[in-house]
Amino acid sequence: MTNSEMFKFCLYVADDTLNSRQAVANLRALCDRYLAGRHEIELVDVFKDPDRAMDDRIFMTPTLVKLAPEPVERIVGSLSQTNLVLQVLGLEELVA
Amino acid sequence: MIIANGTPSKALTGIAGFDEITAGGLPQGRTTLLVGGPGSGKTIFGVQFLKYGAEACEQRGIFVAFEESPHRLIDNFKSFGWNLTELQDSKLFFLDAQPTPDLIQGGPFDLSGMLAALSSKIKKMGAVRIVFDALDIVLALLPDAAARRLEMNRLHQWLLKHELTALITAKAGGDDTSSGGQPFGFMQFMVDCSVVLNHRVDLGVSQRNLRVQKYRGSGFNEDESPFVIGKNGFDVAMARSLGRADAQVSSERVSSGVERLDTMLDGGYYRGASVLITGFPGTAKTTLSGAFAEACCRRGDRTMFVSFDSDGSEVVRNLTSVGIQLERYVQNGCLRMVSARTFTGSAETLLVHIKTLAKEHEALCVVIDPVSALAKSGNELTAHAVAERLVDWSKGAGVTLICTSLLDEISTDAQSRTPLQISTIADTWIHLNYLVQAGERNRGLSIVKSRGTAHSNQVRELILSKEGVTLADIFTAGGEVLMGTMRWEKESAARVANEVAEVAVKLKRVSLDAEEAVLKVRAKSIETELVAKKVERDLLIRTTESQKREVSGGRERMRELRGADMAEPESKVKAAKP
Repeated sequence: MTNSEMFKFCLYVADDTLNSRQAVANLRALCDRYLAGRHEIELVDVFKDPDRAMDDRIFMTPTLVKLAPEPVERIVGSLSQTNLVLQVLGLEELVA
Repeated sequence: MIIANGTPSKALTGIAGFDEITAGGLPQGRTTLLVGGPGSGKTIFGVQFLKYGAEACEQRGIFVAFEESPHRLIDNFKSFGWNLTELQDSKLFFLDAQPTPDLIQGGPFDLSGMLAALSSKIKKMGAVRIVFDALDIVLALLPDAAARRLEMNRLHQWLLKHELTALITAKAGGDDTSSGGQPFGFMQFMVDCSVVLNHRVDLGVSQRNLRVQKYRGSGFNEDESPFVIGKNGFDVAMARSLGRADAQVSSERVSSGVERLDTMLDGGYYRGASVLITGFPGTAKTTLSGAFAEACCRRGDRTMFVSFDSDGSEVVRNLTSVGIQLERYVQNGCLRMVSARTFTGSAETLLVHIKTLAKEHEALCVVIDPVSALAKSGNELTAHAVAERLVDWSKGAGVTLICTSLLDEISTDAQSRTPLQISTIADTWIHLNYLVQAGERNRGLSIVKSRGTAHSNQVRELILSKEGVTLADIFTAGGEVLMGTMRWEKESAARVANEVAEVAVKLKRVSLDAEEAVLKVRAKSIETELVAKKVERDLLIRTTESQKREVSGGRERMRELRGADMAEPESKVKAAKP
């Protein structure tokens, strides 16, 4: 994996519930720290767009879906366990 | 059973028996918790509830599957003959909410996403019923009891808000379902109705039970009710509900298949009656019920013969040896032979099998040979209840039921008890017995009871031959009851004695005739003699008179000739006369 690859994320949240707010904050912090300048985040509020949740089979919130690079990965939860999240994203080498 | 009036409105489940237990189904607009161990039928219950709602109640539903993928579910339910694909999407929506196996958890989460998606779906399709199948799966992903509680509460609030008739199923932790260990303990308090399914094995036989644990604002049957998962889904066994109208009673008679038995019963069994045939092994119980089946088919009544002992074709073949021809009726579809030897499971399961098959066949007459097999395959307690329900069902359905029952050979007081105590509920009870005498076993038949029909008190001998089943009077002589060869011997001895007596009478008559003839001849000759004597006498008289005349005439002539006077010799004539 080269360091120039673009990361595409979709984060499904449920309005401003505690878990969802934490997830947004955690993802932003993580991206700023490790993926500065090479990430895109789409935020989907399942309350505003429930059909999208249904179509994408998002039943637990918050859920983070990494769309690119391959493979597609899903992480459920507030993303508070940074090391685990990095592992899943294939960024193990960045784990301190 | 308690049936409260003015109960909150209820949503019928379409599950036979369950709607009776709860007097109408699940609480409408409320939540019901269904707890049970693995394989206890929770999913089936849920799907049946939705299917019935969609098909019969115009209530659309959503099935949230946490454990199985919807299309696998739909496939599985095809075995019940449920075509869910037809209902899918417009009337019944399956939501695949299985957590993916590679699901990675990076911190706490909640179910808001799912509920939001469902809210939208509910609005779109106008669903009023919802089932969350295996909620425990998703709850298990939550880190602690507090989080689980929070999510359950979220779900509960959501359900109340949408006024859905909801069913949440969850696996029971361990075998103790009544105390409801965490996390369902909390859920138990939350919901309005709670149902426990349990599946246990008694003596190697599976036995399923359903029990309603609580039902806010409604009465319900509190007992465990056995249920089976049959061909068409859930079937909860219920004792006859109290409100049910009595089945129509018929006074039509149906032939027992044995002419003389019909006579003994004053015309045969009543249609719709339950007949019990008891006897030791080999007393021709099957033969007698086979004769009945044949008579039914000949009449054109659709009949089902359930055999627990042997295969249907074996029964047909064996009965051929006694002149009962069932083959053609099997072929034209009038008779259905069911080999229940392959049935496994508890007595309940068997009963449901029998009921379903009889319904399918539209049977008017059902033979169960032997009904005592029910007691073997489950514990005796349930088997008794099953036998009662069997009779109850047959009465309700107007089916003429013939049950044979094996009696314990060592039981000396055979007439007083049958294994399932079915004898008390049967309408007609025929007992077959062996009489062992002079090195022979012979079959005796007697009618122990027959409600509402005059019946013979006589014991008859049951004779099986190539020509069929017949009854013979038994020979009673000098207080002795004789059957078989002894009867035949006695009968022939009597015949011989009869013949001898007849001959003797004939002889006597002949000799009397002869004597009479002799006497008659004698009488004739005497008569002839008499006539001869008469003639002789007459002759004698005549000759005497003519002599006299001659003499007197001569005297007068002489007098004339002598010219003597008339007066003087008169006295002399007088004196000479005597």
